[in-house]
Amino acid sequence: MRIVERDVVVIGGGPAGLAAALAVRGSGVESVTIIERDYELGGILNQCIHNGFGVHVFGEELTGPEYASRFVRKVVDQGIEYLTDSMVTEIDGEKNVFVASPSSGLMKIEAKAVVLAMGCRERTRPAINIPGTRPAGVFTAGSIQHLINIDGYLPGKRALIVGSGDIGLIMARRLTLEGVKVEGVVEIMSYPGGLNRNIAQCLNDFGIPLYLGHTVSRIHGMDRIEGATVAPVDEKRLPIMEKSRYIPCDTLVLSVGLIPENELSRMAGVAISSVTGGPIVDENLQTSLDGIFACGNVLHVHDLVDFVTRESERAGRSAAAYVRGDLGTSGVGRSMPVRPGKGVRYVVPNFVSLEQDVEFFLRASRPMESAVLRITPGLKEVRQRAVKPSEMISVRIPASLLSRAAGSDGIRFELE
Amino acid sequence: MQETRTMTCISCPVGCQLTLTVNDGELVSVSNNECKRGAAYARDEFYNPRRILTSTVKVVGGVVPQLPVRTRGPIPKGLLMEGMRALRSVVVKAPIEVGSVVVCDFLGTGQDLIASRSVSAVAEEASIRRHE
Repeated sequence: MRIVERDVVVIGGGPAGLAAALAVRGSGVESVTIIERDYELGGILNQCIHNGFGVHVFGEELTGPEYASRFVRKVVDQGIEYLTDSMVTEIDGEKNVFVASPSSGLMKIEAKAVVLAMGCRERTRPAINIPGTRPAGVFTAGSIQHLINIDGYLPGKRALIVGSGDIGLIMARRLTLEGVKVEGVVEIMSYPGGLNRNIAQCLNDFGIPLYLGHTVSRIHGMDRIEGATVAPVDEKRLPIMEKSRYIPCDTLVLSVGLIPENELSRMAGVAISSVTGGPIVDENLQTSLDGIFACGNVLHVHDLVDFVTRESERAGRSAAAYVRGDLGTSGVGRSMPVRPGKGVRYVVPNFVSLEQDVEFFLRASRPMESAVLRITPGLKEVRQRAVKPSEMISVRIPASLLSRAAGSDGIRFELE
Repeated sequence: MQETRTMTCISCPVGCQLTLTVNDGELVSVSNNECKRGAAYARDEFYNPRRILTSTVKVVGGVVPQLPVRTRGPIPKGLLMEGMRALRSVVVKAPIEVGSVVVCDFLGTGQDLIASRSVSAVAEEASIRRHE
């Protein structure tokens, strides 16, 4: 086995890994390597061919591949090392990264710092336990996105979409444009999971019905799916079978949530939050293990890539600072805890030192028509427009304000 | 006769719920927009709704079988399906550079169809490997 040394190893070559690696180099640390398991850099952006990326970072609307290509070009121009077709099989607590690839076999990279940027994966049918037969034709939204946009195949002719997250909405439009009849989008919650603008431009533009408060209670068909039973749900989210109806379809598309992909993180011994499914981090995005950082969808699932970029640049700068030995005193379990209060599902980061400005990302636990974000003890009150769990809230708090929390038992975020 | 309508702004991820005041088929005013793009969007959407069309076209000799494309700017909403039909017969040859023009003045809209990514040309065996 080949053994090499690097200052920083970035695991994952999607938007998070690309921005982190560029920030490492931008902070003056030369020795940084990106490891990507696909055959090219760019990650999931390569299959997100729709527009709407980059409004915050570039001030213009780009498609996913265009957004990725701006970062890939910089990585190539700056000569940052990247390995494609390469799979990290293990990270140990000593920051040794084991990589397997068809071209170079098994390799051990001894890193001074590691940035986790592996992204997330989709929840599948077993995650939501849809009863019925087990025919072909049940896909996740991301897998049909790959089939259509990368490989050039259509999954079927008549589709029903389960879950109104952004990927489901985007695929409803994409399938319709490609001539597939989309029977509707079924959402178990009483409110849509995706952005307002995607309801408007992906469903309303094409007259695709959105069934809020409904679920698929049964899948029909032996070899290939033939249809699904759709029923409204009661307050316990159980189907009301008397009101159910049958919708014929040859394709069922699941857009029912994303799970941060943290098998490697767990293997290394990184502490994982049961709420976000991602590592617990301090304001430098350092995990519970010194020198291991996390950013992007492996940390918590984002709705906008622009936020992933910003967060990942921070992780990259932190990893570079760690290598130089001037990261500061913060740390998971060593600094001021940050906790979600009433109306807030989670806040990232989980610990802050009070010594530097911090951008917090948080999600509401339920939709509210209007809300006040209150950060205690006595740090800040911000009036919000309508909040939704699907729309991440970001708030930047300067060190001068944070220092007011000194001596308290923690910083709390509340929405009401 | 004065009436109000609502629409969702699609200019950015915020997705403001705009209120339009309409008098005798003319747009009088726009409110509930958080930025000036909302007012411009409401005007466009009221008189001449347009969308950017994104899709894919076939590639020959490339590392990937398809090229993602988009119209550089928005085209009339009513032309989206016609645009999709037109794309079926478009075939491009690798190598392709991101941003390069695939079809000039797409459907006479004044908007070019451009490549959303670069695709390098590839030797045949590598191309086969991708399709396995």
